Amino acid sequence: MTTSEKFFHMAIAVLLFYGVMAAILLLTQRLRSRQGERVQAAAFLGPSLLLIGIGLLYPAGVTIYQSFFGAATFDPPFVGLDNYSALFTNSQQLTVLRNTLFWVLLTPTISTIIGLVYAVLVDRASFEKFAKALLFLPMAISMVGASIIWKFVYDYKAGDSTQIGLLNQILKSIGLDTYNFLLEPPWNTFFLIIILIWIQAGFAMTILSASIKGIPEEMTEAARLDGVGAWQMFRHITVPSIRPSLIVVLTTITIATLKVFDIVQTATGGNFDTSVLAYEFYRQNFVAGNQGLSATIAVVIFILVIPIVIYNIRQMRKLEAR
Amino acid sequence: MSTSTPTAATVPVETAPAVPASTAAKKGLTNRWASAVALIVAIVWTIPTFGLLVSSFRPEADVKTNGWWNFFTDPSLTLQNYRDVLSGGSTGESLTTNLINTIVITVPAVLIPISLATLAAYAFAWIDFKGRDTLFVAVFALQIVPIQVTLVPLLQLYVDPPGNLMPLAGRDAPAGGLYELWLSHTIFALPLAIFLLHNFMREVPGELIESARVDGAGHVAIFTKIMLPLMMPAIAAFGIFQFLWVWNDLLVALVFSSPEVSPMTVKLVSLVGQRGEDWQLLASGAFVSLAIPLVVFIALQRYFVRGLLAGSVKG
Repeated sequence: MTTSEKFFHMAIAVLLFYGVMAAILLLTQRLRSRQGERVQAAAFLGPSLLLIGIGLLYPAGVTIYQSFFGAATFDPPFVGLDNYSALFTNSQQLTVLRNTLFWVLLTPTISTIIGLVYAVLVDRASFEKFAKALLFLPMAISMVGASIIWKFVYDYKAGDSTQIGLLNQILKSIGLDTYNFLLEPPWNTFFLIIILIWIQAGFAMTILSASIKGIPEEMTEAARLDGVGAWQMFRHITVPSIRPSLIVVLTTITIATLKVFDIVQTATGGNFDTSVLAYEFYRQNFVAGNQGLSATIAVVIFILVIPIVIYNIRQMRKLEAR
Repeated sequence: MSTSTPTAATVPVETAPAVPASTAAKKGLTNRWASAVALIVAIVWTIPTFGLLVSSFRPEADVKTNGWWNFFTDPSLTLQNYRDVLSGGSTGESLTTNLINTIVITVPAVLIPISLATLAAYAFAWIDFKGRDTLFVAVFALQIVPIQVTLVPLLQLYVDPPGNLMPLAGRDAPAGGLYELWLSHTIFALPLAIFLLHNFMREVPGELIESARVDGAGHVAIFTKIMLPLMMPAIAAFGIFQFLWVWNDLLVALVFSSPEVSPMTVKLVSLVGQRGEDWQLLASGAFVSLAIPLVVFIALQRYFVRGLLAGSVKG
């Protein structure tokens, strides 16, 4: 397919949907009555609800169904809950679960701490905008790009040769042994986690910084006049005041972390015991050919996400109500 | 649920408080420490990207034999890596096709959900019908479905659709399977887009809508003449979020795209696998893919912050 053909199809696709939109608006513009309004609502909602039904609801149902079946491509046998028990007994899958636990525990907490401290430190500084942009920029970078950036930092050359990775060069210059960061489990998982922290700290910082600026001036001013020190101010005024935002940031990053796939795929390809749930979902289906287990993992991610999302949404409501 | 204004949007006007000289001096001291710590964090955060940027401009022989910091003692710059990575060059690994694919995938994947979601959001916000609230909560709740749950059955639907519908995936797919990518990104975006736009539309004062109705305007007129112009910032907020999401996406592209239409992220991952030691190519390739989202992001940042929180539980 040539480039111009691609752009041609691109234009067709966009025109198609905007054509549908225009048609709906034209066809329903004369409707006024109570009955007419109902037709209008159906026409306005129809395309979206149709796509959501076909593309989200139906596939989710199929995935849940498939999670009770075995590995064969054609006519897989019904295996009941075997896939689920395999996930919690198979040693390879236990490693996946352990890694996922590391990711979920470390990424949200460390990103949030860094984001919070940074937001407090640069608050009202003359260089605030610029300083925040530096931390925030990784948010615009794809996880694939971020992983390449960090693979370069972690790069390791065997033996005593010149290191081109920054970290090993630092180790060497302070007289320590060089280290193959992405090879040794379980530590390699922590070095992958750093990549996501690097991305997410900017998100935490942005949300928390806005929240800090929402703390009433009188409150901080009164505390300052009472001679409250910087640390006391941070602990007793700043943190309690922005508690809802802190929870939203923590839960949001947790949800994102549960779905992390790109970093593992790019940095290690899931090798050296670095796989996580979202990666294992992909590997089981498209590499190992075990659709049943893959579906099971997807369902488990779903189940893990639900309570966090509900909590997140509740907190977000509270935040908006203020 | 009537407002989506996250904390980020409620930034008060900064006022300079009158501070006595003594506390000002003390504050200056702590400020110096604060600035120093902030500076260190900022440097740590920036150096990895900076290192890769420098490497992308260094000659291949330099990149492979010594670290990028040697650039400062032995500066030599070249555009050869970018030429190689865009034209194929000596390695035959060209990213130009993938760059075009990324653009071709992203534009409709941002524009299509906007068209469908503005309509649906309006119906949810301003048209009265039975079961509206229940339906809206259902759509809202679907935001939390991880895309992992939907990918495989959706792919099966594209390959083997019911009835006599045209398959959107596989060898005979129209446009090499681009339509399934656009459709998938649209589907995954809809719950968030509808939710976000609905919230912004509810913020429009009811009197405005009422007086238009009294003047004889129907929903279509209100939608096109009042709502759409007012919704531009909200559409921009969603648009930037969706743009970054699609441009940077790897998983959806890996599952649905044929090699002919695969975007840059997919190509970069395969480059890492096959040419992991060719840092000059990886570096320049990565920067080709980073440049456009960075520019868009910096230019439209203020819209993005609004969409950020609202869209944070997506996919």
